[in-house]
Formats: sequence, structure tokens, C-alpha cells
Amino acid sequence: MLSKRIIPCLDVRNGRLTKGIKFKGNVDIGDPVETARLYYEQGADEIVFYDITASAEGRGIMLKVVEQVASQIFIPFSVGGGVSTVSDMRDVLLAGAEKISVNSAAVKTPHIITEGAEAFGSQCVVVGMDVLQVPVTEQIPSGYEIVIHGGRKHMGIDALWWAKEVERLGAGELCINSIDADGTRDGYELNLTRLIAENVRIPVIASGGAGNPQHMVDAVTAGKASAALIASIVHYGEYTVPGIKDYMHKQGVKVRREW
Amino acid sequence: MLAIIDYKAGNLTSVRRALDYLDIPCRITADKAEIDSADGVIFPGVGAAGSAMVNLRNSGLDQVLREQVAVSKPVLGICLGCQIILDFSPENETETLGIVPGRCQKFSPDLQEEDGNPINIPHMGWNSLHLEKECALLEGISPEAEFYFVHSYYPEPDPEYVITTTTYGTRFCSMHGREGLWATQFHPEKSGRPGLQLLQNFFNYCREVHGAQ
Repeated sequence: MLSKRIIPCLDVRNGRLTKGIKFKGNVDIGDPVETARLYYEQGADEIVFYDITASAEGRGIMLKVVEQVASQIFIPFSVGGGVSTVSDMRDVLLAGAEKISVNSAAVKTPHIITEGAEAFGSQCVVVGMDVLQVPVTEQIPSGYEIVIHGGRKHMGIDALWWAKEVERLGAGELCINSIDADGTRDGYELNLTRLIAENVRIPVIASGGAGNPQHMVDAVTAGKASAALIASIVHYGEYTVPGIKDYMHKQGVKVRREW
Repeated sequence: MLAIIDYKAGNLTSVRRALDYLDIPCRITADKAEIDSADGVIFPGVGAAGSAMVNLRNSGLDQVLREQVAVSKPVLGICLGCQIILDFSPENETETLGIVPGRCQKFSPDLQEEDGNPINIPHMGWNSLHLEKECALLEGISPEAEFYFVHSYYPEPDPEYVITTTTYGTRFCSMHGREGLWATQFHPEKSGRPGLQLLQNFFNYCREVHGAQ
């Protein structure tokens, strides 16, 4: 049986982490390569880099980061942000990432999902979805709407419909980020995660709202996710990847415990 | 030196990066003389069996690979390489290399995971190995170790070749071979320390058997 995956997410701007990560001992680490290596050594199953640099120059810096990560860590990792064309995807994959994550670019130009899947294989293409709970309407029958720009722009697209659509277009994986849950530390949006996981046949990654290890257990059991994305709860040393996995294991979840 | 066979089947640099990290000399190459002079051969690949076989035949590398096996040069197939060294793949109805007796199968979408949920295809992520037969490449690796998989087809070699099995809706062969000719369906180059250990074990074997420096 597949293990449920724990995936730390690192925000990068101009080749540095946007917030200094504090591991035990309160050492500030701004270097994404060093931080990725630490998570790799602690047993992270995958790592996500989210590049919030907009400029072309920033993208060049990010590719150097990807190359360095690829030469030091030997687990899959993905890069999102700043990827809006098939050529961008190729650059990131050749630099050594396994997967590319597209979010607003997929909403604006859905054909890049298909083009990316045809060029590199579906398993390389992760579609990230930012989702907000809204009143049920004819246009949004699931009550979950796709938003972009961190939730500021409503797209008038039903999240459940969109999840099935991106699967049809060739996405290999979905990362469901609840804008409502994000930053609350009250747990993942389980209804949303399960609704989508039960209606697609590709893996779903739960994102947004993690506050303690029970939330990851909930995401992969009640939420039916294949993986849970984590950020602040490990970045500031409150919990560790091995600690979270020990907890999940004790709760009967299959996780990778030898690395 | 290890030769990583270059037959235009996906990005081969991840294997090279792992070998570089281990300080194992290697070349990504399609050159027969270079492959002949190598102490061991890694045969990776991602993508479809049909186009991979076309590339191998057009470049003559299919024959080069058979020759390496014929002179007992150590060979390690990875992922697609693990599938197409068998006789046949239903993917594009492809006659494959026929180096190891057997064929590939596709995961049936009707299969269920152990928790009762239908399986996703491809089988992607970390999974365990059940050891069916001792293997030098798994020395020093914990039986609890997990490996990274990404595939929709799985190898079904003759039973005597099965080294490990893995459970995903069904129990399938995740590593097969005999001494000096091994193949893994998983990606050792993406499987953390246990995967690196497997690559190191392969190189150590090449060095012992063929005096690699």
C-alpha cells in the first residue's frame, strides 16, 4: 500500500526563503537548498518550492536553486509559481525537479495542462487550486469556488467541476488549498478535500490549515487525501517531520519511517 | 565507469546526479565503444514502451545492450528499462528486448487499495518491498525501507526472476533479475538513502566483478 506523504512547502523569492526558517536551536536559515536538505534528511517524502518571484531574472535564480537542490536531495520535488508556459515547465524539469505545479496559469490557459502532460507525462503536472467556500448557486453547485491572487479574485468556476476538468485535461495530481482554512491552524478543509478526492482518480494533496499532527491524520483518513502539505508548523520548529510521522503511524496511518 | 544508456527516453540526468553525489564515475552515452568499455550499464527510461523500442532499434542500442548481457556485464534496468528488458509490453502492443523472460501488465482500474478505496493509476509515491529472494543490491538496506514509484504498467517476469514484490491493489513484481542482471520498477535515484545504497551496491558489484576503478 502507498504511504501517505508529508510534503513541506517552501516559499522562495529571489532565491531566498521569504521567511527565515527556525529549526531547533533557533538558527535562522534563509537558504532554500540548505532547508530542503534538512527536510530531506528528516524524512520529508517530497518538497514543494513555491517561487513568488515574478521577474524573468528571478526565474533564472530559481532554476539555479532547483539545480542545486537536485544535486543534493534524492526525493521528488516540485516547483510552482512563475510557471506559465510549456517552455517554463521544460526549464524546471531539466534543472532537476520531478513535477511542476500550475495554479492561476492553469485557470487562465487550461491548455497548458494538456500540453505539459503530453510533453512530459501526466505525473509531472500538478494542478494547484485555491478554493473559497461560497453560497451554493447554479454556477457554483458545490459551494466551493476557484479563486486566484490569494483569494482576491473570484473566477466564477466551481471547484469540483474544475477538479474533474483538470483531470480530464491530463493533470497527474491535484493540490487543494483552502483559502478559508489557510493560516487558521484549525485543520484542513476536510469536506472540500474529501469531495474532490472522491470524484477524481488522481492523487489529492490537502493544503492549508495544518496546526497539529492530528490534522494530517484527518486529511488522509476523513479527507481521503494522498498527501498533506505543511509549512509553518514545521518551519518554526513547533513540530518536526519525524515527530509528525511517528504520530501518524501510532494512529494507524501508513507513512514512510525509514530513510 | 558506469554507462547510462542514452536512448532519448526521458530525462536521464537524475540518475547521473545521484551517481555524481556518490562519487561514482559515469557517462550518459549512446556510443557503443564507450558502453563496451564501461564496467557496468544502467538502463533507465521513462515514457512509453513503443517509442522507446523504436529509438533503441533505430540506434542499434538494442543489440549493444544484448551484447553487454551476453558478456556478463552487470546491468541495472530502472523503471521503463525494467519493463522493456522483458519480452512483451501491452503498451502499444510492443515486442520488447526479450533479455529476461516475461511480459508487462497494466494496473487494472478496478483494483482497490487496502483501505478499500479504488487505486489511482499511475501508482505514484512511496511503497514497501517484500523480499522474495536474497539480492546483493539490497545489502545494508532495511527491510522497512520504502522506494519511490511512478508507473502504470508493471513487470511480470518468470517467477524464478522475482526478487521483490510490492502491494498496490495487487501484488506485483517490483524488482527482478539474477546475478549481474537486475531491474527495479522503482526509482532508486529518487528513493532517498536506501535508493542511493542500492546504486552504491550496484557499483560495488561492478567493481568487484569487472574491476571498475
